Amino acid sequence: MDKFETLTAVAVPLKVANCDTDRIIPARFLKTRRSEGFGRHLFCDVRYDASGAPRHDFPLNRPAYADAKILVADANFGCGSSREAAVYALHDAGFRAVIAPSFGDIFFNNCFKNGMLPIVLPAEEVAAIRAALTENPGTPLTIDLENQTVTRGNQVWSFAVDPQRKQCLLEGLDDINLTLQHRSAIDRFEAQYRAERAWVE
Amino acid sequence: MADALPAHPRTIIDKIWDSHVITEQNGETLLYVDRHLLHDGSFHAFDGLKAEGRRVLRPAQALATPDHYVPTTGRRHGIPVADYRNLVEGLVANTAASGITHFGMDDPRQGIVHIVGPEQGFTQPGIVLVCGDSHTSTHGALGALAFGIGASEVKHVLATQSIWQRRPKTMRIAVEGRLPEGLGGKDVILAIIGQISAAGASGHAVEYCGPAIRALSMEGRLTVCNMSIEAGARAGLIAPDDTTFAYLAGRPYAPVGKAWDAALAHWRSLPTDAGATYDRSVTIDVSGLAPMVTWGTSPEDAAPIDGRVPDPSAIADAARRESKIRALEYMGLKPGTPLSEIEVDRVFIGSCTNGRIEDLRVAAAIARGRKARVPTLVVPGSGLVRQQAEAEGLDRIFADAGFEWREPGCSMCLGTNGDTIAAGMRAASTSNRNFEGRQGKGGRTHLMSPAMAAAAAVTGRFTDFRRLGPS
Repeated sequence: MDKFETLTAVAVPLKVANCDTDRIIPARFLKTRRSEGFGRHLFCDVRYDASGAPRHDFPLNRPAYADAKILVADANFGCGSSREAAVYALHDAGFRAVIAPSFGDIFFNNCFKNGMLPIVLPAEEVAAIRAALTENPGTPLTIDLENQTVTRGNQVWSFAVDPQRKQCLLEGLDDINLTLQHRSAIDRFEAQYRAERAWVE
Repeated sequence: MADALPAHPRTIIDKIWDSHVITEQNGETLLYVDRHLLHDGSFHAFDGLKAEGRRVLRPAQALATPDHYVPTTGRRHGIPVADYRNLVEGLVANTAASGITHFGMDDPRQGIVHIVGPEQGFTQPGIVLVCGDSHTSTHGALGALAFGIGASEVKHVLATQSIWQRRPKTMRIAVEGRLPEGLGGKDVILAIIGQISAAGASGHAVEYCGPAIRALSMEGRLTVCNMSIEAGARAGLIAPDDTTFAYLAGRPYAPVGKAWDAALAHWRSLPTDAGATYDRSVTIDVSGLAPMVTWGTSPEDAAPIDGRVPDPSAIADAARRESKIRALEYMGLKPGTPLSEIEVDRVFIGSCTNGRIEDLRVAAAIARGRKARVPTLVVPGSGLVRQQAEAEGLDRIFADAGFEWREPGCSMCLGTNGDTIAAGMRAASTSNRNFEGRQGKGGRTHLMSPAMAAAAAVTGRFTDFRRLGPS
C-alpha cells in the first residue's frame, strides 16, 4: 500500500451532500478488474454528458483542478454501497485524501486500505475551505498526517485520526500482516469460543 | 421471584461485541468473525489473496452464492455476457480452490446472499456476520451483529477470520403503536429513515425494538434491518424472540438436539438488560401510518401515499434545499403533485429488501385477477423462494396478470447483470436505493413495499393498495 505522510496538492470542492458510492462509480463498472484501473469511471454519470463530453459545470473538469489530489466534499460522503471501487476510482484518478464533515462508514474504512486519508472536520470548517477554494481555484492545501493538520496559507485546521490507522498509513503497512502478529491470540480465542458455542462451527 | 438486575446492564449490541473481542490495540478491536458470506462481486478479495500468496483460514465458516451478475432469464443457456460469466465462474473456481461451500447457478439454494443466509439458518443470533455488501445489515433481524465491509476487509476476513473495528455507538429505535393492516416492514423502515435522515444513524449500531417490531414477521424484520445502512447505521438488529427461534428451527445450518438446546439458552441471554443505556434513542409511532413511497434520490425522501411531492423552497438550510431541488429535477417531478398522480413505466418486485416468500404472497394477492399496465418484473430472492412460490401457484397468478416471473438474483435493484431501466423511465421498486442512476443511467426509482409496487403495476400509477377496487 502507498505510504501517506504529507501531501501538498490542489484541492477541488464538491458540494454535494449524501454523495453516494453509486454516484462516485456507477454499478455497471464494478465488473472491472483492479489492474484495468477505475480512474476514468470516477463520477462518470455526472462528469460527462450524454455524448461523453466533459460537463463544464462539474468541478473536476475545470482546468484549475486538473491536478487535484484532495477532494473537499460534503456531509455523508461515500454513503450507500460498500463498493471499494469508489475508493479505487478516486485513487486511480490521482486523489489521496478526502475532507468532509462526515462519511459513509464502509467508504471511510475502505479509504485506509488503499492509502487514502479521509479527514473529518466540522461542517463550518469544511464549508469555509470549500468557499476559499471556490474563490481561488487551483490553490493547494497541505495535509500533514503526522501532526494531523490541514493547512491553507496561514490557516490551520486540526483533525483526529485513529492511532492504528494513522500508523498503517504512515508506514504503508498491510493490516493482514499486522493481524497475523496476533495469530496465537486468534487461535486461543477460537478454541475457547468453540468450546463454549459448539453449535456455531 | 424477579431476577436480580445485572450489576452492569448491557445492550444486545454490547453483549455480542464483548463476546467476540480477540484483542484490542490503540482503540481498535480485533473482532472474531463467526460467519462470512461471499458472492460473485467478491472477486477483488480472492484476486488479492492469490496475489499475496495467502490462503483462506476457515473455509467452513464461509458460504458463497452468485447473485449480482447472474441472469434472471434464459439461464439454461448459460451467461451470454462474457464479463458476467467470468465473475460467476470465478466464484466457482475460487470457492472450490479454498474449500468454501458454494451454491451455484443451477443449485436451487442459489440466491441473493442476504436471502440465502437466513433461509439456510447460516445466520444465527449472537454471531458476528460480515459480507462484502452493504445490505449485510439484513442479518441483524435474527439478532446477529452483521455489517457490510469492503473488498480489502473481505480479503482480511478470509485470511484471518477476524476484522479490526472501532466499537460502534449504540442507538435504540423504538417503534411504538400498531402498524395498520396490510402495512409492513418496508413502510416502517421508510418512515424511520424519513424521520431520522439518511445519515441519522451514522456511526451507530441500531437496535430496533418496541411493539410494532415484535409484531413483525421474520420477513418484515429482515426488510427493516436490511435498510439500516440507508440511515447510515453500521448495523441494525432485533433481539431474538420466539418468532426468531421458530423461524430458525429445522433450517439446514441450525443446530439440532442438544446443540439446539445449548444454542437456545445462549440466544435467550442476548436481549438487552433492563437498565442498559444507549448513546441515542429515537421513538416513532406507526399507528396511523400510510403506505410509504419515496419521491427523491435518497431513501430519506419518503412520504405517505396520501401526501404530495414536497416543496424544497420551504427548506431553510441552503445546502439541503439545493440538494432536494436537484433531486426533483432529476426525478422530473413538480412540488405539490399528489403522489397518487405519478405514473410509472416499470415495476420491479424483488431484491434483498423484498424478495422473500411473504413479499411475493403480498404482491400476488394484489395481482390476482388484475392485469399489469406496465412491464413488471418479479424476481424471487432465491431458488428456494422461487420453488415455494411455484408450489403455492404464485407464478401462475403473476403470469395471468402479465407480470414476468424470473430466476433469482439482485437483478434490477442495481442492474449489474444487465436488468436495468432506460434513462428517463420511472420505476416503482421494492428495492432499497433510489440514488441517481441506481437502476440504470438516468433511471428514476421510487421505493415502496411489494403491495404498493404491485398496485402500481396494475394501475400504472402510485396507488394506495387498500383503495384498489374489486379485482
